[in-house]
Amino acid sequence: MDALIEKLKGQIIEQLNLAEVKPEEINPDSPLFGEGLGLDSIDALELIVLLEKHYGIKIQDPKDGKTIFQSLRTMAEYIKSQGKS
Amino acid sequence: MIFASYNNIISPLGFSTKENYEAVSNSVIGVKKIKFPFSEDPFCVAKIDDEQIKQHVKTIENYVSYTKLEQLSILSIQDVIQQSGINPESERTLLIYSTTKGNIDVLENIYKHIDPKRVYLSELGKQLQSFFKFKHTPVILSNACISGILGIIIAKRFIEQGLYDNVLVCGGDILSEFTISGFKSFNALSHEPSKPFDANRVGINLGEAVSTILITNKKELAVPYDTEIVSGASANDANHISGPSRTGDGLYQCLTEILKTNNSEIGFISAHGTATPFNDEMESIAFERAGLTSIPVNSLKGYYGHTLGAAGVLETVLSLESMKHKRLIKSEGYEVQGVSGNITMIEKHEPKTFTAFIKTASGFGGCNAAALFRKVKTV
Amino acid sequence: MNNIISYAHIKNNQVSVNGSVMFQSAHSASVSEFLSEAYKSLELSYPKFHKMDAQCKLGFLCAEFAMRGTAFLTEHELSRTAIVLSNNASSLETDRVHQHSIDDKSNYFPSPAVFVYTLPNITIGELAIKHKITGENAFFVSEKFDADLLVNYTESLMDNVTEAAIVGWVDVDGSNFEAFIFLVEKQKDTNKNAIFKPLNQANIITLYNQTKWTH
Repeated sequence: MDALIEKLKGQIIEQLNLAEVKPEEINPDSPLFGEGLGLDSIDALELIVLLEKHYGIKIQDPKDGKTIFQSLRTMAEYIKSQGKS
Repeated sequence: MIFASYNNIISPLGFSTKENYEAVSNSVIGVKKIKFPFSEDPFCVAKIDDEQIKQHVKTIENYVSYTKLEQLSILSIQDVIQQSGINPESERTLLIYSTTKGNIDVLENIYKHIDPKRVYLSELGKQLQSFFKFKHTPVILSNACISGILGIIIAKRFIEQGLYDNVLVCGGDILSEFTISGFKSFNALSHEPSKPFDANRVGINLGEAVSTILITNKKELAVPYDTEIVSGASANDANHISGPSRTGDGLYQCLTEILKTNNSEIGFISAHGTATPFNDEMESIAFERAGLTSIPVNSLKGYYGHTLGAAGVLETVLSLESMKHKRLIKSEGYEVQGVSGNITMIEKHEPKTFTAFIKTASGFGGCNAAALFRKVKTV
Repeated sequence: MNNIISYAHIKNNQVSVNGSVMFQSAHSASVSEFLSEAYKSLELSYPKFHKMDAQCKLGFLCAEFAMRGTAFLTEHELSRTAIVLSNNASSLETDRVHQHSIDDKSNYFPSPAVFVYTLPNITIGELAIKHKITGENAFFVSEKFDADLLVNYTESLMDNVTEAAIVGWVDVDGSNFEAFIFLVEKQKDTNKNAIFKPLNQANIITLYNQTKWTH
């Protein structure tokens, strides 16, 4: 799980152009949206693309994104649960 | 006084304003389910029939040398020049071309005999300039989904400055995989016919259209509607590049500006109404904040889908027709109130005599625009 | 009477402000490297910058350089400040990226973060967000920098409620890029700004050609 979280950090920083964020600054349990990393609605859509591109997971209902993208850990758990890590 | 006058609409509902108005007033809708090779399930778009285009473009000399958008634009502008009799070669005539993506299909390599550089919007302008022998280089405006109505507002400003007497404003955009795939990645497309302002709206239908209107200071050219553009404004939400302001700030600012000297009763508001959850919600809030709760509202996206750069021109034209025919156009797709702002939707076609209306639009980049049109008191 | 109070011009990997080169990067290998070096030189902290496409970054930086040291943002109602921009390539540079993402049907991943920049007026939106400017907007596309169009339109705005405007050219096309942004305001009694010229076509063309580029 930790390896997957580390990998996700790199992918998120790259895909979302978080140039001023270092991987070690991201707490796996902090919220990704709102005060945490300060991601916005476009980032949420971009995370859906990330899951499809890198993990072959299609989120059919973007509303599910809310729970999946709570934190890095919930994201990693979701990927595991889909058997795609 | 600056008048909104002769015009044309080319869309899935017809190649003239008359055909379009008749279709809409008979509740004919232009959106249909189409299966695209790049999507698993079909979804609704408003596409102009290729056979119809073939029939009409034959009249254009050497029509194969033009892209689809150029062909439709030539037909549309030509119709308005013929109706009005204005001289395109005059020093006092200008073309403003409003578009979001122009010849974007050139980027998809679908044309055999078209130079790839035609994807540049200035090249599109050059084609139209040389076809009609416009004296001035066309002014091209690309300001997302407010391009059409902003083009009309800018035409008024240029005429007021004394630069021109007649400004043709042509708004046009075509359906392309480029825009469809992009809006799809935004999860903004509806598979079913869209439902502006309805509780069950899920998103946009994309559409294609070209619409042209003559804006003029010549009273003798104002005959079709005897209607002036009273005021127009644009404003930015300064909030987010894709999501509209939750409080409708930019649109509210536009409405306040255009209504500040208004003393006529507004017959209705032709809203942007794309049928995305956020857009329609934002508009309803702005309308309520501007004190327009009791003014009937429609969105024409239920008939045409979202025609991007054409939308503001096309919707202005149909609003002028609606005022002329003394009949409000039903907001197609609307059934159940689904926005939190207190507004009054037009639920069926209904007779109404009125002398003024508002056209609004909002788009990516946080932009908003609104204009007020009013019938001139004829002596 | 309306006046030009400041301007910035970016090309040839250099930034000139009111005619003098203020920043240059001889070694930048690419547009994006140059833009990120110029950004660093401003010592800003604006994480959104990194999410922008090249055209928005260029417009953002050019406006930032033009406004530095002026009281432009504090002296005017932001709701009466307009942003009028223009270019030749529209958003073509980012259009190509989006098109590329859908060309290959077996590797089909259109990105919303790319697609949102496939409209040239997003640059206006980014400036508006950064500086809370909510006035008039317009994005024109013309083959070359068109002083007549920009001056005429800005004047038409300032005949009405607009008090100040950010106006100019922001163009990125392949490895070519250029931005020229000038700030305009309605005449005031006193003005301590570095340059101070009436807004007209001739003055704009003079300023556009004023910088002596060092390479």
